[in-house]
Parts: sequence; structure tokens; C-alpha cells
Amino acid sequence: MAQVAHAESSAAGHLETNTGLDNRKLLMWLFLGSECLFFGSLISAYLLYRDRSVVGPYPADLYDIPFTSVSSFILLMSSLSMVLALAAIQRGNVRNMRIWLLCTALLGTLFIGGQAFEFTEFYREGLHLDTNLFGTTFYVLTGFHGAHVTVGVLILLSIVAASFKGRVNSEEDALTVELAGLYWHFVDIVWIVIFTLVYLVEPT
Amino acid sequence: MATIAHPGRMTFPQAMREARGAAAAHGLWSWITTVDHKRIGILYGVTSFIFFLIGGLEALLIRINLATPETAESAFLTPDQYNRIFTMHGVTMIFLVVMPMSSAFFNLMVPLMIGARDVAFPRMNAFSYWLFLFGGLFLYSSFFMSGNPFTGDGFINGDFGAPDGGWFGYAPLSLERFSSGHGMDYYAIGLQILGVASLAGGFNFIVTILNMRAPGMSLFRMPVFVWMTLVTSFLIIFAMPVIAVALFQLSFDRLFGANFFNVAAGGTPLLWQHMFWLFGHPEVYILILPAFGIVSEVLPTFSRKPLFGYPFVVFSGVAIGFMSWGVWAHHMYTTGLGAVANSAFGISTILIAVPTGVKIFNWMGTMWGGSLDLKTPMWFAIGLVAMFTVGGLTGVTHSIVPSDYQQQDTYYVVSHFHQVLFGGALFGLFAGIYYWGPKFMGRLFDERLGQLHFWTMLIGFNLTFQPMMILGLMGMPRRIDHYPDGYGWGFWNAMATAGAFLIAFSILIFIFNFFYSLRRGKVAGADPWDARTLEWSIPSPPPAYNFAEIPQVHAVDDWWHKKYAEDPSGRPVPVPAGAAVEPEAQHGEDVGRGIHMPSPSFMPFIAALGMPFLGYGLVYHDDPWLRPLIAVGATLLVTGIMGWALEPATEEGSGAAAH
Repeated sequence: MAQVAHAESSAAGHLETNTGLDNRKLLMWLFLGSECLFFGSLISAYLLYRDRSVVGPYPADLYDIPFTSVSSFILLMSSLSMVLALAAIQRGNVRNMRIWLLCTALLGTLFIGGQAFEFTEFYREGLHLDTNLFGTTFYVLTGFHGAHVTVGVLILLSIVAASFKGRVNSEEDALTVELAGLYWHFVDIVWIVIFTLVYLVEPT
Repeated sequence: MATIAHPGRMTFPQAMREARGAAAAHGLWSWITTVDHKRIGILYGVTSFIFFLIGGLEALLIRINLATPETAESAFLTPDQYNRIFTMHGVTMIFLVVMPMSSAFFNLMVPLMIGARDVAFPRMNAFSYWLFLFGGLFLYSSFFMSGNPFTGDGFINGDFGAPDGGWFGYAPLSLERFSSGHGMDYYAIGLQILGVASLAGGFNFIVTILNMRAPGMSLFRMPVFVWMTLVTSFLIIFAMPVIAVALFQLSFDRLFGANFFNVAAGGTPLLWQHMFWLFGHPEVYILILPAFGIVSEVLPTFSRKPLFGYPFVVFSGVAIGFMSWGVWAHHMYTTGLGAVANSAFGISTILIAVPTGVKIFNWMGTMWGGSLDLKTPMWFAIGLVAMFTVGGLTGVTHSIVPSDYQQQDTYYVVSHFHQVLFGGALFGLFAGIYYWGPKFMGRLFDERLGQLHFWTMLIGFNLTFQPMMILGLMGMPRRIDHYPDGYGWGFWNAMATAGAFLIAFSILIFIFNFFYSLRRGKVAGADPWDARTLEWSIPSPPPAYNFAEIPQVHAVDDWWHKKYAEDPSGRPVPVPAGAAVEPEAQHGEDVGRGIHMPSPSFMPFIAALGMPFLGYGLVYHDDPWLRPLIAVGATLLVTGIMGWALEPATEEGSGAAAH
């Protein structure tokens, strides 16, 4: 995949870019900037409607902070394995890159599993999308985050698959892994904000 | 061209190979698979112009309905039809005309002006266009979806299925309770699709402009149009996510019973207004800044002077970009935000007029003392400067809170934003069409017809929108489908309707001129206006690879300096013959042979095609027979994106390094 973009830029006659940043890397940074506004809007809506639900269940009735803390910890650890995957490919070690990418994908999947479990529990205890403002804002915000993690897992698995097909398999392709990493870390950071603002700040 | 067989009869890899071979072809298939920024620009331009005609017809229907005092029964349209028509008029003109027509110019001009062979991500560029087209068709298909869509009986009986909540979609009017039927579902999901198209374009142009400039073209040697493209693109990538969230909230409320705007559950419709205008005010600058960029190119060329105060024009554009984020609540003075908020937003709104005023003065300074060459593009540019000033000043009167309380929801507001969007954006875009059109048509527009178009449009425009200002001050409310006799509104409304038809007539002149000039117009040559920027140094129409040799840039208006030196008194004198670069010289049979351009691809088309299917599936998710459309759409989208990621981008890459 790295060479795809390489070829695309050489076709345009610029091997060297004006900024020195690869086109794709600049694109990823811009995309993440745009995503900040996306999650910013979702989080603002959640905060605006905090404590304004007129019927229960309310956050304090449902949150299982220790459980969510564990799944948050799992997601944070996935950032570590993501860094190790990048370090591996930058040294040309394809085998370790695959191991760490799979590890990252596994941790991400565990997080998603935890979220699915949490949603199911909340749903059983009577919190639906249309129950109250809490249900509406909670499911939409964390649901969009979960969708981002899912896309991330799919990207990681695609890179592992590509590495077996003679694509991403040398240090020249490290950029592909780096871009996936940028996305992955961003999604992690957003979760830190969500976990703090949604779960930890004195639920009522 | 002859090698292209019917794509349906080939195996998949064959079709891919054929598609790549079609780079030089001209059939339908070559347009579907094109990744050439110039062709995509032409597609954008033609499509948005067709939507412009549809949006214009809707405007005429609105004006027919309001021409004379009527009752709800005697009016031309029923109130329900009227709501749908005026909603679609706004949605069309903003999302399907001005934005994509600006995008057409970004596509056509930016790579040529910065000396690049294409944009940074050619296939993403194609994806962006197809999303725009399918998003627009998806929105318009709603008209036929009220009855049986296959017979179109609902449409024929006058029961349009289109959105009816206004282009602003204010909750709770946009919620199911007040807008039953699927119209506003089409609005929420259609705008979402168009938003993704704009985002893809925004990312692409920022990367292109920051990364792909020719050697020597520093940021402050870029043409102002490129600067304005950059600012607009940044506004797009930061504003679109906000409206995306708002539209998701609306969709969830309508489709899945969420409570975002449900007052009974403790929600507030004001959330929608805040989100909408936090997007919406940067959006109005997304609409106008490209036109500002166009006139900043046209005025110097036809004044035969450099742009007066280039850095001021650039920085004021950037300042407008930043400040546009701090003025949104001036759309909401009467919602009860309180005196402090209203004053703060009033002040920021007054302040944003400053950089805009700076631009107006710079344009006048450019013309001052120049030897004006009053060709059609120049007339349209002058038209923008004059008409936008009127529109801008009426905007300043809105910033004064107590005054705005009086004008809120009257025709004064309608007049104001048409002054800036028609008098500003559209005049600018027409200046661009007359200025740069010959570059791609290879022929000049007929000058007399062009000026006739300008004058009829200018008169029609003023006849339409100045009476609205009077009507607004007389107290006529916006968004009404009829009004009774006896308020004294009849005369000015009749004038406005006459003006609207005059505008329509002027557009007919333009269409005639276009087709006439395409066949019979004078051959343009590379540089018909003796202009200043790089795009005029290459043949008209430009070859696929744009520049046989990537230019070396030494100054602002580099092309001008290659043609003219200055004598001791500072007058331009032509560079002696032989020393000057002949534009056509670099265009020969063998030139450009070794240049590898990105291969055509139909993957962006496939991926984009998935989106409307997803949309229909969501709108009709209650229906078990239509719900599977979600899966169809998702499959198309994923197939397209995977195929896109896996195929090589160029012929060059299809050899050993097939990554």
C-alpha cells in the first residue's frame, strides 16, 4: 500500500513534497483534525444533556466503573503493542510486526467485546436509545467510538493479510503501519476523553 | 478508443486492463473511470450547472406563487408543495450548485495554477465527484417517492416526496411529528452523502496545495485563488464533521426514536440550531471565498496591473476563515440566548466585516489607475464587487442586535443572503466561467452575447432582490406560501417575479452562448487574455499531463514576468522576441510521452455507488424487503474501497513493484 501512494505521487511529478511530509501522512493528520470536530460535537451534545434526563435509568444506576476501567486499560495497552508493531517494521522485522499487529487487533476486539457486553447489560436494565436523553447521547457517542475501533481492527487485520501477500513487508512500507498507528492512537485518546467525561466525572 | 469492448462481457481483470488502456479514450466508460483532475472538474461543472437550472426552476415556481396576493386555495402551488419546493431550492443552490461549482474550479484550476500534473489523490478526487452526483440524485429521487416510485403517481398527482423542513432543517419542524413522510430522511442522509464528498475534496486540495507546488512556488507566490481554495478546504474539513453529527442526530431521532431534539424528554431544539449554524456560518464563507479568489485573478488580468496589496488579500481571507467560527449565533439572536451572548456575537459579526472590507478596497485599488479591458469576465468581477458590497452592508445591519430583532424572519433577510450568494458567489462563478472556460473549451465565448448575459442578469438580479429589501422592511415574513391583499406587498412582489424571469432569460442567453461558442467561437490559443498565472503558459485545452516540463517559479504572477520586463519608469515592456517562452512551443507530438499519469479506475465509482443504496436502506429500514439495501450498499462500498486499495495506481507500478 505504501508504494501505491508512492506511485501516485511520482505520477504527479513530485517525489519530494513541498512540506517534506508524505501526502498520505498529511492526509491522515488532516483527517484526524477533522475527526476532532466530529467527536467534539458528539461529546458536547452528551455534556449538554448530562443530568437532564427526565426518566431513568440514570448513569449512576448502570455504570460499572471497575469493569469499564479494565476495558479502558485493555484499549490503552493496545496502543503500546501498536508502537511495538511500528518499531518492528521499521527495523524490517516482519514477523514481529505481524505478532504485535495481531496483538493490537486482539486487544481492540476485547474492548469491543466489553462494549457489546456493557450495551447488552444496559439494554437489559431498561436503557434503550429512546428511553431518555442519557440513553440517546450515551449510545450514539460510545457507539460511534466503537465503530471507529472496529474500523481500526479491520485496518490492522488488512495490513497483516497484506504482509502475507508480498505487500507491507519491509522497512520501506513502515509508513502504512505508521498511518494505521496514528489512527489507532487517536481513537485511544478519544476514549480517554470519553471515559473521563462520561464515566468518571461524578455520575448522578 | 477502438479497443474498448463492452465492459460487461469481459472478465474482471480484463476489464481492469481495458480501463487502464482507456486513458486517451473519450467514451462514456472513459468518463466513468477518469481520474484526470480536468475531466473531473468538467463533470463537476456540468453537473452543478444542471442542478443550477433545476434550482432556478424551483425559484421561478416560488416567485410565481408569490407574484400576486392569493389565498392558500387560489395560489399556484399548495402550501405543502411550496414547502417542498423552497426547501429543495435552498438545498440545491447551496449543496448542489455553489459548492460543487466552486469545486469544479478547484479541480480545473488548482493543479494548473501551482504547476502540478494532478491532485495528490486522483482516485479520491473521482470518488468525491461520484459521491456528489449520487448524493444529488438521491436527494432528488425523493420527489418521486411519495406514491409508487415505479409509476411516479405521487409526483404526477402533485404529492411530492421531497424534504419540506427548509434547507436549515430546524428541529422540531424537521422531526417526524411535524414532517411525516420520508422527505426529511432524504434530507438528513442526502446531505450526509454530500458532506462526505466535500470532505474528500477538502482533504485532497489541502494536501495538493501544501505538498505539490512547482519548484519555487512558495506559499506567498501562489495565486490568490489557490489561497482561497486552501482556506475554503480547511473550513470544509472542520465544518463538515459538525453538520455530520447534527444530521446523525436528526436521523437517529427520526429513524430510531432517539431524543436529541425531543422537548418532552428534556432535549432542546436549540441544540440543532447551534450545531447547524456552527457549521452554517463557516459554510457561507465556503460558498463565497472561492468566488473572492476568482475575482482576485480576473481583476488584475483585465486591469493589467498586479493585485493591489496581495498579502492583505491573502491574510484577510485567512482572517475571515478563522473569524467565521465565532459568529454563528447571529443567526439565533431571537432565540433568547441573553444580552451578553447576543452582544458578543454582534461584535464578532461587525469585526468580520473588516477583512471583507479590506478585500473590497484592495479590488478597487487594483482597478484604480489600471488600463481596464472591459471583457465579459471583468464585467462579472466588477458586478461581484458592487453587488457583494450591497449584500455585505445589509449583513452589517443584521449584526446590530435590536435592528436584527426587527428584520428577523422577514424578506430583508432573504434579500441579504441572496445579495451575497447570487450577487457574490454566482457573479464570481460566472466570472470564472467566462475567464477560464476558454482554457478548456479551446474557444472564446462570444463577447457580445457574454455582455448581454451580464447586463440582463445584473438588471434581473437587482429587480428581483432589491424589492425584497423593501418588502422585508414593510414586514413581509419569510417562508410564507401566500399573502393576502391589502398589505401593499403586491407591487414589489410582482417586480421581484418579473426580475426572476429576467434572470432566467439571461441564463438562456448564457446557454446559447456556450453552445454557439463551443462550435463557432474564436480559437482561444494558450493565453487569450495576456494573463498572469501559470495556467496560461500551457495550451488550451491542456494536455492530460498539463505541463510537459514542470515550471520553475520565480515570483508572484510568474507567467507575466516571463512575458514582460519593466522599463526604467516601471512600465511593462514585452521581453524581446526569442527570449520569451512561446506557450505552444512545449506542445509537440512527442512531448509528454514518458510521463506516467495515474491509471483510470472504476473503483471510486463502485464505492460511491454504495452510498445511495445505504441511504435507501436506512430510509426504508422498517420495510423487511428494502432493509437488505443496507447490505447491498455496504458491500459495494467495501468492494470499491478494497479494490481501490489493491489496484496499482499507475501503469508504472503494475510491473515488478505491483504494490
